[in-house]
Amino acid sequence: MLKTFPKGGVHPHENKLTSAKAIKKMPVPKVVYVPISQHIGIPSIIVVERKNKVAIGQVIAKSGGYVSSNIHSPVAGTVTKLDKIIDSSGYKKQCIVIRTDAKNSSNFDEIKFPLKEEILLTPSEILQQITKCGIVGLGGATFPSHVKLILKEDNKIDFLIINGVECEPYLTADHRLMLEKADEIIVGIKILMFALHIKKVVIGIENNKKDAIALFKKLLKNEDRIKIAALKVKYPQGSEKQLVKAILKREVPKNGLPLDVGVIVHNVGTVFAIYEAIQYNKPLIERVVTVTGKKLKNPSNYWVKIGTPIKDLIEEVGGVPEETRKIVNGGPMMGKAIKNTDMPVTKGTSGILVISKEEASRKEVENCIRCGECIFVCPMGLEPFLLMNLCERGMYKRASIEDIMTCIECGSCSYVCPSNRPLLDYIRFGKNIARKLETVKN
Amino acid sequence: MNTPSIIISGSPHIHSDRTSKKIMYDVVLALIPAFLVSLYIFGIGALIVTSVAVFSCLLFEYLIQKYLLKTEVTISDGSALITGILLAFNLPSGFPIWMIIVGSLVAIGIAKFSFGGLGFNIFNPALVGRVFLLISFPVQMTTWPTSIDNQTTIFDAVTGATPLGIIKEGLMFGETMTEISTKIPSTLDMLLGITGGSLGEMSSLALIFGGLFLILRKVVTWHIPVVMILTIVVITGIFWRIDPQQYANPLIHILSGGAILGAFFMATDLVTSPMTKKGMVIFAVGIGLITVVIRLFGAYPEGVSFAIIIMNAFVPLINKYFKPRRFGAKIKSKII
Repeated sequence: MLKTFPKGGVHPHENKLTSAKAIKKMPVPKVVYVPISQHIGIPSIIVVERKNKVAIGQVIAKSGGYVSSNIHSPVAGTVTKLDKIIDSSGYKKQCIVIRTDAKNSSNFDEIKFPLKEEILLTPSEILQQITKCGIVGLGGATFPSHVKLILKEDNKIDFLIINGVECEPYLTADHRLMLEKADEIIVGIKILMFALHIKKVVIGIENNKKDAIALFKKLLKNEDRIKIAALKVKYPQGSEKQLVKAILKREVPKNGLPLDVGVIVHNVGTVFAIYEAIQYNKPLIERVVTVTGKKLKNPSNYWVKIGTPIKDLIEEVGGVPEETRKIVNGGPMMGKAIKNTDMPVTKGTSGILVISKEEASRKEVENCIRCGECIFVCPMGLEPFLLMNLCERGMYKRASIEDIMTCIECGSCSYVCPSNRPLLDYIRFGKNIARKLETVKN
Repeated sequence: MNTPSIIISGSPHIHSDRTSKKIMYDVVLALIPAFLVSLYIFGIGALIVTSVAVFSCLLFEYLIQKYLLKTEVTISDGSALITGILLAFNLPSGFPIWMIIVGSLVAIGIAKFSFGGLGFNIFNPALVGRVFLLISFPVQMTTWPTSIDNQTTIFDAVTGATPLGIIKEGLMFGETMTEISTKIPSTLDMLLGITGGSLGEMSSLALIFGGLFLILRKVVTWHIPVVMILTIVVITGIFWRIDPQQYANPLIHILSGGAILGAFFMATDLVTSPMTKKGMVIFAVGIGLITVVIRLFGAYPEGVSFAIIIMNAFVPLINKYFKPRRFGAKIKSKII
């Protein structure tokens, strides 16, 4: 029996078009646009000025607080502008525009990075290095990683879970990374074990990535502290709370964190970034991005410099197909539809999904027939139909009482609703207002 | 900006291929075996009653939406079709046509649209129609053409009672179950449908077949039918163990009357049943309980319709108090 979380979830068509495609290097773009809020928390503070020359990997915006992160220049070049650009949130955000100096930008690329297993830093140095290198969670939430590593005295952590689930349809960035950088990821895991004094690790991988499961099992044959958990394919298993429940049967309390049940979760991409930061002092300036879509000529996985405009990526796979209706930053379940393709790849961009007309169009909204399907699929045990009704009527306080704030916005309810009701749209809207009401009260 | 035609919307950007229409037509499909059995047993009478009920339900829905509410007409969504079929299934074959039309008007006009249309009705429309007819025209509603004989004499006055009716009458006159059992069809006949009763409740086998199809297609879950039938079995079983001469055995209670039809097709109506599995169990136990009380101690021989309608009224309350368990609830958080 494969493990999975017990309550809710859906199984959309996987459509992993690119799982057999090795990660290619995306050419260094002529201009990069580096936003200063690529992570959850306080935006970073710009430390460069117009016309400044910047080196690759140089800090261009420093961490703005505890929950914040450094941002480094992904290329060598000249700062041409401190501009505002619309990012995937739909709002204009501050960003640093750098014109690439073609000669110097391949510095990092030319260095070969042979596997380096020996850990030379102390736990506190490791933490400092992760903070310095601007590592954030690469699974999508972009939570600054160092925050997850600073433990309070009463936190008794006994398990580290490595998230290789990649439950979003279409995306294969983590899958390819696991196949191509397995040794490095394992060293990354050992770095985290050492820094956190954790003895038990489980790598959670969904069963549609059998090759990755087999590879890690082979490599970890003689390592009994690190286990592999093959998981039943079910969305949203990549969500921390669902993953902890699936693997350890521990339930993270409402409004709590995995920390509360003695677990820390890191995405495989993050673990690889930590490996590079610790062993090669390499800041987070590039990541794997899956560029995919059924109508694309050549969907592929790329190593992409942070700040690369999304249109460059789409050009690289053969351009925007004619019948394209939607372009999504992320996967089809949780990704954000973007307004234009000028916006850049950021630390949280795991995929670019190009959706055709017929897939993108929403069907007409019909009456709720009270089938209860949204309740059955909600992994958080909520009643989406009720939350939508409350939000439609402006009853945000009632919605708060009905735990609207615990919604993880996985979209399973909207996905499954036979009457095509925009459940998550209303819930998201209601959450925003409920959050504001909460702040006003405090 | 190189793609002027792209749109933005909130996630998720894909949708399952489940639609309300598909669900409705699955229910219609599931009702076909039972309909074929009734066609075989009652002949053209079954066809007439069913077509009149379906046609008038669709017509009333059309008229109300088009001329009264002036909204979009949605008769193709399948819900009025189901109401029509289920209403017909709850009527005796040979039931007067004008009464069927009145029943359809009550079902669609009063039970469905006065509450706001599809999804807003509290009570199962077909059952409201049936109960209205039962109370208004008790004689016609309990004039059952006997099955096999009737194939040749469609609108003949040859009538018999339902097994439950025979039992109730017999017990009233002080007969014992042993004496009564000679007058009612055998269990096998009841399973196959060689018995008396409403159009659609004849063959338990055909109904169970359709019900299983619905469960397999994930239109309904097993909770309501299984729990409701189990409740009836357990309670009638207890009485039967106490005094087998005064109370019929559980098998008769299950196979006769509307228990199976009610359990698989009426109580499971998505709109009027609870939305959580816990709620469904409570709901089903309630229906089973009320059914047995009416059958054993009430004035009517049969109580499934009443039981379902009574429990329908409790659904909002059940939904309020039997919520799904919130993830992480009641586990103490160290942070907050």
